[in-house]
Amino acid sequence: MKILVCMKQVPQKDAPLKLNEAGTWIREDVSYEVNEPDAFALEEALRQREKHSGEVVVVTAGPARAQQVLREALAKGADRAIHLEGDGLVALDAYNTARAIAAAIKDEKFDLIFTGLQSDDYGYAQTGVILAEILGWPHATIIMQIEKNEGGIRVKRELEAGFFQFVDVPLPAVLTIQSGINKLRYATLIGIKQAKAKPMRKVALEEVQSAIGSNLQKIEKLYIPQKSKNTEFLEGAPAEVAKKLVDRLKNEVRVL
Amino acid sequence: MADSILVVVEQRDGKLNRVSWETIAAGQAIAAETGWPLEAAVAGAGVGAIASEVKGKKLVKVYAIESAKLQPYTPDAFAHALKSFLVKYPTRLVLMPHTYQVRDFVPKLATALGSTAITDSVGYKYEGGKLMFTRQMFQGKFVADVSFAGTGPCFVTFQNGAFRGDKVEAGGSAAVETVNIDVPDGTVRNKPQDVFKEAKQAVDLTQAEIIVSVGRGIKEQKNIEIAKQLAEALGGELAASRPICDNGWLPMDRQIGSSGQTVAPKLYLALGISGAIQHIVGMKGAKSIIAINKDSEAPIFEIADYAVVGNLFDIVPPLIEEVKKAKG
Ligand SMILES: Cc1cc2nc3c(=O)[nH]c(=O)nc-3n(C[C@H](O)[C@H](O)[C@H](O)COP(=O)(O)OP(=O)(O)OC[C@H]3O[C@@H](n4cnc5c(N)ncnc54)[C@H](O)[C@@H]3O)c2cc1C
Ligand SMILES: Nc1ncnc2c1ncn2[C@@H]1O[C@H](COP(=O)(O)O)[C@@H](O)[C@H]1O
Repeated sequence: MKILVCMKQVPQKDAPLKLNEAGTWIREDVSYEVNEPDAFALEEALRQREKHSGEVVVVTAGPARAQQVLREALAKGADRAIHLEGDGLVALDAYNTARAIAAAIKDEKFDLIFTGLQSDDYGYAQTGVILAEILGWPHATIIMQIEKNEGGIRVKRELEAGFFQFVDVPLPAVLTIQSGINKLRYATLIGIKQAKAKPMRKVALEEVQSAIGSNLQKIEKLYIPQKSKNTEFLEGAPAEVAKKLVDRLKNEVRVL
Repeated sequence: MADSILVVVEQRDGKLNRVSWETIAAGQAIAAETGWPLEAAVAGAGVGAIASEVKGKKLVKVYAIESAKLQPYTPDAFAHALKSFLVKYPTRLVLMPHTYQVRDFVPKLATALGSTAITDSVGYKYEGGKLMFTRQMFQGKFVADVSFAGTGPCFVTFQNGAFRGDKVEAGGSAAVETVNIDVPDGTVRNKPQDVFKEAKQAVDLTQAEIIVSVGRGIKEQKNIEIAKQLAEALGGELAASRPICDNGWLPMDRQIGSSGQTVAPKLYLALGISGAIQHIVGMKGAKSIIAINKDSEAPIFEIADYAVVGNLFDIVPPLIEEVKKAKG
């Protein structure tokens, strides 16, 4: 099986974020990491390749810094990488991101494309499904298990409130992968060494520009959410805070 | 294109998903401000009863979009049927709840119509004739006002709890129109099996009065012990955010959130939980929420009654002692 994994670089979970001056985006001088479900998508692709042989290709659409995500993926075992590169890629809506990725892989033939189920920054939860529609392929979302069968694959979809569903999907197809589908592996030293020799194809944003249009949605303003609750912040040394908490538990929450 | 609003309510196996009332409430609020007429639609096989249930609300019209191919749900059939419908009955704005089902087909539907979807919105603004939708970004650390470009129809999905379903205005006697859609053979490519639940739940956290819940801030499996001790001291149950259960550090049935349990205890004590929306929907009904988190900007503090900014490993041990003392 030949599998493409779409991986996005996003601000680190714990990174303190600041707004830019225009209040339309964050200041980009933060640390980045791979979008969490995308790491699980890569792991799943590697496991499928181990079972059925084939090839795992990773792609990211982002500025030069995003290449780190591809390097890590290659070190973990991906066979080759495609870096769709350009600063402008950060500001694309999901439709244009999908169109740009589709254009960058137009000469490739994959059996499966994996994306994460949503990004930690935009949180559109759309790019994978849109990519499927652009390619004319079937898709399935929020996937927790993948088995090959006669006609294609059988996937386990997560539904709300602890429900699941198996779905048979013909290939080629796009799947959006949920975090927790597997256990992630670490890159090994040998892996990191070997990664340096693996192919990395670069595609400049300009090369796919004709495939994308203007954004269909626009962030007018980005801001810190207003608090809806009257929160009491308890301060002091740990022992003091513990006393204050117990006081509230006794006298206000009344559970002690 | 007519300036009108269509709410597509959600049904599963012939039953209305209650979250749809919230979307109708959103539609009614937007309709009142813009003056645009509000209509509703339900798609499925044999959905006349649901259309009748909905038509009692303040709406101009209700459509029952019918095709045998819409049961069971598949993204191919739903996108095809709703696209055909929207081509025939164009509208400016299409609203839906942000459910797993909707997020499965709405990007496909919007793309097929050359349009876009603003997903997981928590509100809207109508300023100077311009509609904007508010959505969380960066895992809830920021919110954004988002506007549409293009000629629509514009799709918007609303987060669970963004509007009050019990505030839906009644008083309509909307006509129901049945629209039969032909979904050609070969359209539907996926074959869904029956929906099921994994092994039975061993604990029922919905009845718990006190819940101590741990998130990734607990760092290692062995540290769960201190949360357990706190839960025991308080006489409460132990629960967790999703990554903790994904790691197998606690069983799945202790997971709180949209894909776990929904609880409403007297006290919910969140230790090292950031407060992602998928977690919050499962516990925001708690009477009192205490959050301990080292990041003063963690979104969990937005819904906390009592907040402690600090290292949980410093605060929990003395807290256990104080609770024990108080209990005597
Ligand atoms: C479709 C879907 C369904 C989902 N369903 C669920 C669900 O049902 N339940 C759920 O919980 N999640 C669910 N999620 C995942 C959710 O989006 C978050 O990723 C998850 O809730 C984050 O868990 P967390 O808060 O434990 O971890 P993180 O977001 O990593 O937060 C850890 C927090 O711990 C704090 N911290 C770190 N060290 C310390 C310390 N020493 N002392 C104090 N604080 C510390 C950090 O500041 C941070 O705020 C779902 C996601 C999707 C997309
Ligand atoms: N710029 C990008 N580069 C590579 N993959 C992306 C990019 N943006 C989104 N994706 C993929 O699409 C998924 C869903 O993202 P989103 O639609 O933004 O929530 C992510 O988990 C990634 O797998």
